[in-house]
Amino acid sequence: MWMLENAFLIPLIPALSFAVILFFGKRFIGADRVHVIGITAVSLIWVLSLVAAFQWTQRVEHPSPDAIAQISADGHGDDHADDGDDHAGAAMDSESGHGGGHSSVLISPVVTTYSKWWSNGGVDFAVGTHVDGLTVLLLVVVASISLLVHIYSTEYVKGDRRYVHYYAFLSLFTAAMLFFVMAQNIVQLVVGWELVGVCSFGLIGHWWEEKPNTDAALKAFLTNRVGDIGLLVGMIVLWGTFGTFSIDGINAAISASPGTQHLALLVAACCLMAAVASKSGQFPLHTWLPDAMAGPTPVSALIHAATMVVAGVYMIARLYPVFYDGFSIGTSSINLMALIGGFTALMGAGLAFAQWDIKKVLAYSTVSQLGYMVMALGVGAWTAAIFHLFTHAFFKACLFLGAGSVSHAAHHTFDMRKMGGLKKFMPQTYWTFVIATLALSGIFPFAGFWSKDEILLGAKVGQQNGYPLMLIFGCAVAFMTAAYMTRVVWYTFHGEYRGHGHPHESPKVMTVPLWILAGMAVVGGAFNLPGPVLEPFGLEGLAHRVQTYAEPSVYLSGLGLSHPDPSLSMALIGLGLALSGIIVTYLYFWRKMGPHGLTERNKYAKAGYTFLENKYYLDYLYNDIIVASIKKPIANGANWFNQNVLDKAVNTAGESARDSGRWIYKWIDQGAIDGSVNAAARGADASGEGLRTIQSGKVQNYGQLLFGAAAVLAIVFVIVI
Amino acid sequence: MLLNQFLILGAVLFCIGVYGVLARKNAVMVLMSIELMLNAVNINMVAFGFQHEVVSGQVFALFIIAVAAAEVGVGLAIVLLLYRNQTSIDVEDFDLMKG
Repeated sequence: MWMLENAFLIPLIPALSFAVILFFGKRFIGADRVHVIGITAVSLIWVLSLVAAFQWTQRVEHPSPDAIAQISADGHGDDHADDGDDHAGAAMDSESGHGGGHSSVLISPVVTTYSKWWSNGGVDFAVGTHVDGLTVLLLVVVASISLLVHIYSTEYVKGDRRYVHYYAFLSLFTAAMLFFVMAQNIVQLVVGWELVGVCSFGLIGHWWEEKPNTDAALKAFLTNRVGDIGLLVGMIVLWGTFGTFSIDGINAAISASPGTQHLALLVAACCLMAAVASKSGQFPLHTWLPDAMAGPTPVSALIHAATMVVAGVYMIARLYPVFYDGFSIGTSSINLMALIGGFTALMGAGLAFAQWDIKKVLAYSTVSQLGYMVMALGVGAWTAAIFHLFTHAFFKACLFLGAGSVSHAAHHTFDMRKMGGLKKFMPQTYWTFVIATLALSGIFPFAGFWSKDEILLGAKVGQQNGYPLMLIFGCAVAFMTAAYMTRVVWYTFHGEYRGHGHPHESPKVMTVPLWILAGMAVVGGAFNLPGPVLEPFGLEGLAHRVQTYAEPSVYLSGLGLSHPDPSLSMALIGLGLALSGIIVTYLYFWRKMGPHGLTERNKYAKAGYTFLENKYYLDYLYNDIIVASIKKPIANGANWFNQNVLDKAVNTAGESARDSGRWIYKWIDQGAIDGSVNAAARGADASGEGLRTIQSGKVQNYGQLLFGAAAVLAIVFVIVI
Repeated sequence: MLLNQFLILGAVLFCIGVYGVLARKNAVMVLMSIELMLNAVNINMVAFGFQHEVVSGQVFALFIIAVAAAEVGVGLAIVLLLYRNQTSIDVEDFDLMKG
């Protein structure tokens, strides 16, 4: 278990790579070969992540006595004691037992605290790592996508004017994201959160010479700042409530006695939801994410699809007891998180229809899918959310890199109106794109089918109550996702080529990562197959691997989180919706059926389309209404204050200073000071005139004066003494 | 009293020296007058040393003689240079420091 205890190495390696690339890359390696360092570092952490994942599965499969969490009667013991009672946790674990191959032993996370970071007012800020199944899953996802993006970028940004900075930032981002996922306490969580935000800002604005890119970077940064306030306040509330920064400590405390701190947790959860909304592109702070597509496409794949934007989802999963208790997920049938997630999923899917920029379609699709994950967490389907995070990372990265490949071929445009018919020019890109589309749409047996199915099932069953509204949202989104993705495939790859020039297939260095990701989009679902699917093959032991390994049951069992039983009917409904979405769109575009030109003929349809095209006018709402309405009264108030208070005070002070200045000038300056100075000058002048006659320049005159004075002094001396 | 006679001699010599310094126009004569003043002081030194029966008076006198020799050397060199520049050694002609 060496890797789990020394997990700090994993973020350290890309951090070093960042420093080396930035400070030595250009001079010692050559500006066009810095990717060697980045790829080497990320390959290394990819291997280490796999080692960590393997060691974690070993820890779960063959738990050593010290790996089993000790749960005492008065609550959760977060000391990982090493007495040999193997089944101390099993007795407590009555509720998490059903639902597939869930481990009946609670495995404690590997928490390593290195040292006191700093100490302030008697509070120690520690630094360390917290490694459990969720962490290693994110490690593998981040390292894998980062490695493929590094390789892909060697071709995509070849010859860029800031090639060195590009790779330096990729390394820094990888380091920050890995640091974030293995944060031992909430302070580290905040630090990692901000670090990935900075990298996102830097990479969105990579081509900052063009104004829209700079604007997009600023928008992303400022929108995230709004949520960061919520993050800080939420973390402070957590610290104030539990007196510890440790994630393990906070989770264990809630798990030990759920419901006792309900109000504080509600406040903390609401504040943290704002942070999630900004980072993970949830309504109403999602508007930065589509604009973030101004960055280079591999960056969009890595940061704005697969890893950074799931930071919010990860944070919910990490501190799940806080949200579970705060939002009463177990007992309610609707709550803020599920509502935000479900609404975001629906809204994002709707917006994806009205976009012509292929990357923006994918961006809204990401918004929608992130909403799915948040909704899954909101209905208590923890594993489904994390499983969807895992599968989504691969097929969405595949789609983004595919879009990049298309743009690379078709003269750097992302406008789908200038594409079309690319299927015959770039078959590799086409097939990988189609596979990822099927995965995203949730078609059997691709990865997205399994994870989406689990989310829908989670929404239907819920915990103590089902979440019917969320189920409706989820089903609608499943249909819409399939439809808008088919639209993208139609406009990009089918029909006649509408651009100019001769598009060509991308080189192997770009298509191989695409195929790897497409492969993951095919088989990714195998990591959490439901038991009944595997039973005919005698492989029940492989069911629910994500649930078995990743779920921190040591925290969740205390909350009474249950898992729904697999349902064939639900899976068929989900699959049917996705297929019908594809078929309807297929008929519309390929067979030219349905109401073509409806948006031109029908004013209601047109209004709806305009509404979508303008992104529900949310940007106008923020900029023109909210910002402007706040700006005006504040500006007026500030003006009044300025005129009447500040100016008056300044004017009064100025006038009195002027008057006293005049008096001082007249009497003190002119009278006393100038007078005495002038008098001294005149005195010096007159005495100088008198004395200059003495200085004749003749030595003998001086001698006479000298001896005369000496004689006078001698006489005085004689008389006086 | 023997000491008084020496002191009177020294005083007379010093007065002659002062007169020479202040009144003579010839720079060489001024220098010689300075020597007179120095020797007047020397006579006082030796007289007081004899009176108090200490040798330091005579030692000081010897030092003064040695320094006076050096001083005369420098002084004569200055006079020589003055003569070369101005073809005159009349101290009345030199008033470059006039204010």
